[in-house]
Amino acid sequence: MRGERPGPLRGGKMATRLSGGENRLVSLPLSRIRVIMKSSPEVSSINQDALFLTAKATELFVQYLASYSYKHGRGKEKNALTYSDLSHTAEECETFQFLADILPKKILASKYLKMLEKEKRDGELGKCDEEDDDEEEDDEAVDEAVGS
Amino acid sequence: MAERPEDLNLPNAVITRIIKEALPDGVNISKEARSAISRAASVFVLYATSCANNFAMKGKRKTLNAGDVLSAMEEMEFQRFIAPLKESLEVYRREQKGKKEARKDKDKKADSEEQDKSREDDNDDDDERMEEEEQNDEEEVDN
Repeated sequence: MRGERPGPLRGGKMATRLSGGENRLVSLPLSRIRVIMKSSPEVSSINQDALFLTAKATELFVQYLASYSYKHGRGKEKNALTYSDLSHTAEECETFQFLADILPKKILASKYLKMLEKEKRDGELGKCDEEDDDEEEDDEAVDEAVGS
Repeated sequence: MAERPEDLNLPNAVITRIIKEALPDGVNISKEARSAISRAASVFVLYATSCANNFAMKGKRKTLNAGDVLSAMEEMEFQRFIAPLKESLEVYRREQKGKKEARKDKDKKADSEEQDKSREDDNDDDDERMEEEEQNDEEEVDN
């Protein structure tokens, strides 16, 4: 069993856990993995081994993505894994590039709306506010370059 | 099959547990990070499936098998997963075999006849197989 934490886990809790499920090979539900695989229209059938392997691979993937992003991310200083660590990974690491579309660099909707509003207003008033936004983004980019 | 979009999500509690196992103790995982990883995992499944399916098609097979998934890992540049995957596949196969034999033993007791037509390559199909097999087993018992 991997990674069971040696921390201050109470004995009782541990016991329930162990008796709860046998030491399972894979923790993700195979049925759900199958549904996801079958949602791909060209797939007609999947044998049991392939299903198991895909589930297991997904687990390894989750661990790899998390640990990679933590190691290379900025949240490390704060002992945290954040969304921007993940989107950073998707952008910077070639292996994870296929995630770039679903893990876009974050911009808050509220901020975006403000930007739109400003743009509208500034259409008449000039463009100083927009430049401010650009600067903020640049700062972030610099920080990240330093961080990695 | 999957009609509702939430059917394509993986259970959050399980994902969180897997993430925690990968990180040092006490690391805080933001909620946003969790759901992002969960989405990423679903996309990974689809990506792997589509790669594996290409290999199956190249081999003119309709059913994805273990080799297709392993080839997909290589193509996706997740070679590092291949060795651990092969290991757990072996354990899994042993486990499945054990279960099957246990079931057979039960059948035998019910039937008291020896019918060891062991289906070695029954890993060959997917869900239909399960149903088929159930039926076959029943037939055997009836004989």
